[in-house]
Amino acid sequence: MQEIRLIDIKEEILTDNKKSADELRSVLKQKKVFLINLMSSPGSGKTSLILKTVAQMQDRFRIGVLEADIDSMVDAEKIASAGIPSVQLRTGGFCHLDAAMVQKGLEAFDLSSLDVIIIENVGNLVCPAEFDTGAILNAMILSIPEGDDKPLKYPLMFTISNVLLINKTDYLPLSDFNVKACRERARALNPHIAIFETSSKTGDGISTWTAWLTEEIHKSGFYEKQSIKQP
Amino acid sequence: MHELPVMKSILDIVLTQAQKHHVLKIRVIHLEVGMLSDLEAEWMQRYFDYLSRGTVAENAELKIRWIPVVFKCQACGTSMEADKKRLQDIVCTVCGNKQMDLIAGREYYIKNMEVE
Repeated sequence: MQEIRLIDIKEEILTDNKKSADELRSVLKQKKVFLINLMSSPGSGKTSLILKTVAQMQDRFRIGVLEADIDSMVDAEKIASAGIPSVQLRTGGFCHLDAAMVQKGLEAFDLSSLDVIIIENVGNLVCPAEFDTGAILNAMILSIPEGDDKPLKYPLMFTISNVLLINKTDYLPLSDFNVKACRERARALNPHIAIFETSSKTGDGISTWTAWLTEEIHKSGFYEKQSIKQP
Repeated sequence: MHELPVMKSILDIVLTQAQKHHVLKIRVIHLEVGMLSDLEAEWMQRYFDYLSRGTVAENAELKIRWIPVVFKCQACGTSMEADKKRLQDIVCTVCGNKQMDLIAGREYYIKNMEVE
């Protein structure tokens, strides 16, 4: 019988992904592309909100969308039919995107012709929170029909997001969703999180959110005015 | 939910180390996992068993130490453990401030392994 030895490893398991994400960020900084990772549960209105956001910002920025879906092209077709450059990434059953997958998806874009890329992550409040995608900004949506208790059930997602969009506010009259309680719960987990209330249907709150996002892009160091950029 | 990719990362790391140290068989792998992770020990082991078939890590036992969630008060700097189920109620026990930063609880760490 062999003698038992102890081998020290001391390695963070997600190190590889973190490293790839950091590498991706340094490439994006060089190319001056602001990458947004949009996360939420299925059906919270990610695609519609992206369409509204792009419509309001496309006079200032050249925007592309990276669509992640387990096995369909429904969202990418919607985005493409609005004339927005889009790439579909099929995750083949994976419940989240990681930096390597995002990097592969970005290869299909002409980065020199874009200022902003929005990743529509897989609809899921659990797994995407664990994996750094290389994005500069993590945004999440919580929609009114989902309930104001979600920060209690999915704390990590609220902890890692820079901004929370409380979406589908047009449902508020039909719902017992407590916006104030939801805000407090999110802030307790993440005091730095920015919070906006939006409705893609009525357009309420969209311009406040896009004004904030525009400012974030300008001060990030990941943006350069079009005129300076090579076509 | 994403046990599979996480277990694949663990397997890749231990197999690389095993080759480096001329290991014949990995018996036990000691992990440290933050309590904010949604991984379940039982599923981690099952996925690991599935992935490690035919390697020196086949039948290795995963021993997991769960790392508590720790917050640090932004006002007075005191660190304190938090109950995962009551994170929204967290208040600094020293100064009563509610602005806290998460400093532990998200770890996925391979500490060491027992090998032959």
